[in-house]
Amino acid sequence: MLNPDLKLNTAIFADDAEQQPIRKGFGEGLLKAGDANKNIVALSADLTESTQMHLFKEKFPERFIEIGVAEQNLAATASGLAAMGKYPFFSSYAMFSPGRNWEQIRTTICYNDRPAVIVGSHAGVSVGPDGGTHQAIEDMALMRVLPRMTVISPCDAIQAKQATLALSSNPRIAYLRLAREKTPIITTEETPFEIGKGQIMYRPEGLAQVAIIATGALVVHALRAAKDLEKKGVKVIVANIHTIKPIDTDLLIQLAKEAKAIVSVEEHQIAGGLGSAIAEVIIQKYPVPMEFIGVRDLFGQSGTPNELVEKYGMGKDSIIAAVLKIIDRKSIS
Amino acid sequence: MQQRDFTIRELTLKANEIRQSIISMLLEAGSGHTAGPLGMADVFTTLYFDLLRHDPANPTWSERDRLVLSNGHICPVLYAAMAHSGYFPVEELLTLRKYGSRLQGHPHRDFLPYLENSSGPLGSGLSQAVGMAIADRMDNGIATSRTIYCLLGDGELNEGNNWEAIMLGGKEKLHNLIAIVDRNNIQIDGYTEDVMPLDSLNKKWESFNWHVQEIDGNNIQAIIDAVHQAKAVFEKPSVIIARTIPGKGVKEFERKFEWHGKAPNKEEASIALNELRTLGGKIKSEHK
Repeated sequence: MLNPDLKLNTAIFADDAEQQPIRKGFGEGLLKAGDANKNIVALSADLTESTQMHLFKEKFPERFIEIGVAEQNLAATASGLAAMGKYPFFSSYAMFSPGRNWEQIRTTICYNDRPAVIVGSHAGVSVGPDGGTHQAIEDMALMRVLPRMTVISPCDAIQAKQATLALSSNPRIAYLRLAREKTPIITTEETPFEIGKGQIMYRPEGLAQVAIIATGALVVHALRAAKDLEKKGVKVIVANIHTIKPIDTDLLIQLAKEAKAIVSVEEHQIAGGLGSAIAEVIIQKYPVPMEFIGVRDLFGQSGTPNELVEKYGMGKDSIIAAVLKIIDRKSIS
Repeated sequence: MQQRDFTIRELTLKANEIRQSIISMLLEAGSGHTAGPLGMADVFTTLYFDLLRHDPANPTWSERDRLVLSNGHICPVLYAAMAHSGYFPVEELLTLRKYGSRLQGHPHRDFLPYLENSSGPLGSGLSQAVGMAIADRMDNGIATSRTIYCLLGDGELNEGNNWEAIMLGGKEKLHNLIAIVDRNNIQIDGYTEDVMPLDSLNKKWESFNWHVQEIDGNNIQAIIDAVHQAKAVFEKPSVIIARTIPGKGVKEFERKFEWHGKAPNKEEASIALNELRTLGGKIKSEHK
């Protein structure tokens, strides 16, 4: 059942559960953050409405800078603003920022130690019809590897808003990963949020046989998979890791100890993403078998979001299959 | 803090001292860049001893100008100018590029906090300076009296990131921003016009809506005049294309691109120091 402490949306398992694009929560959060922190400035690379920055722009035009289609300049200009005490949030599609401007982010922001938030929208294959050029599935790996970088991947629009507000009140260098498509609302305004703190969203009766650890837009699939599995008598615990870095090591170890098997779920290359981050912890602290749900060293393509999530083996049925497979592996070992 | 006024002759001698420090630092380090730092010694001396609003005794003074070095590899001249103007002891210059030194091979703020930026990878300094100029205008309005300086190499203008920044600077009409390009015509692989032609460089900047001056970058009076002229321009950002002689001050090094990325050995350093101490043979050296 859903963890009552988190006050999640109990309608989440219904097919007609309310949906919102994750990026929308960022736009609303930034608007609110702009009031609370006057040092916040926003920079856009010709994708202002698409990344939901238009709300901030309309209310605080004097704190909004249109950079044009120039992502390298987007990052390095933000560094200069931060050097003068501003707290920049700069947005584009994840494929272009941090995709194109990685070195500027490394040198002028991280190495230079200038607090700024990189907002990468349209992450994952669920971008859909635009095709593989626009589907960032390498971005968490690119950002996770940088010293001083916090990496946040919210599971829904409300959590994106909470993450934006949490970032706004405590300046740091961070990457905020957002998705384009509407996805079901899992959390509520009452759900607690703390950067770096994972959330156990679903618990079976008794001890779990498998822990599913998910992030971003696929968390809902993990929850629905757990519910279906429970009906078949398979006990699964589901955790949402919204902060990929610094990752919640304590929670990962706790889950490994209880379930003794982990399935990671992310809309990202398996190499370098959430699953890798979990494995780095688990292999050192409490080794247990793992299965990885994610893109297997491929590029995306055009299609509907659902078609693509299925095609690349990241849907509910793929998660269920991975859980059953890892139970087999446990029984052998 | 405004420092006392130095005469042109005093600044010339100061630049000579800074060149000597550069040679000594590079000899001690055993690696590093020689031509660019020597060529830019007059610009850095003039900035640190005359033009910059700064206070070496209080490096974080909030009213200070900002100096962004984009082509971090010429940092020996930056470090030498900072040490000679009082940011840290001149003796520390000899730790350049050594383990544990505050003077990293390319500038890093973690090690030397008085730096406005860390740099090394080319092409991103001007963007940072543009960001600083925009922030300054947000805080202090259009009439701000602060100046943001950005020092760039000519070879690094091969990097597209610069042209993105030049576009934004022109769009935002940042009169509080002065870019100074070290137009020394060399880069690692050869002469700039052979590697990747930049001319007509002044027309390029002009067409991006910048105020452009082209000067002799080894003439201290010309540097002072150009910066004052740039500050008098209100409607757009300024670039000063400073034509410098790479390796300036040491005949054996001048205009040779081979000296872009290497340090002098003991013998070469000795010749260089002697030439600098005798002002090119005009006076007798006490050291020889």
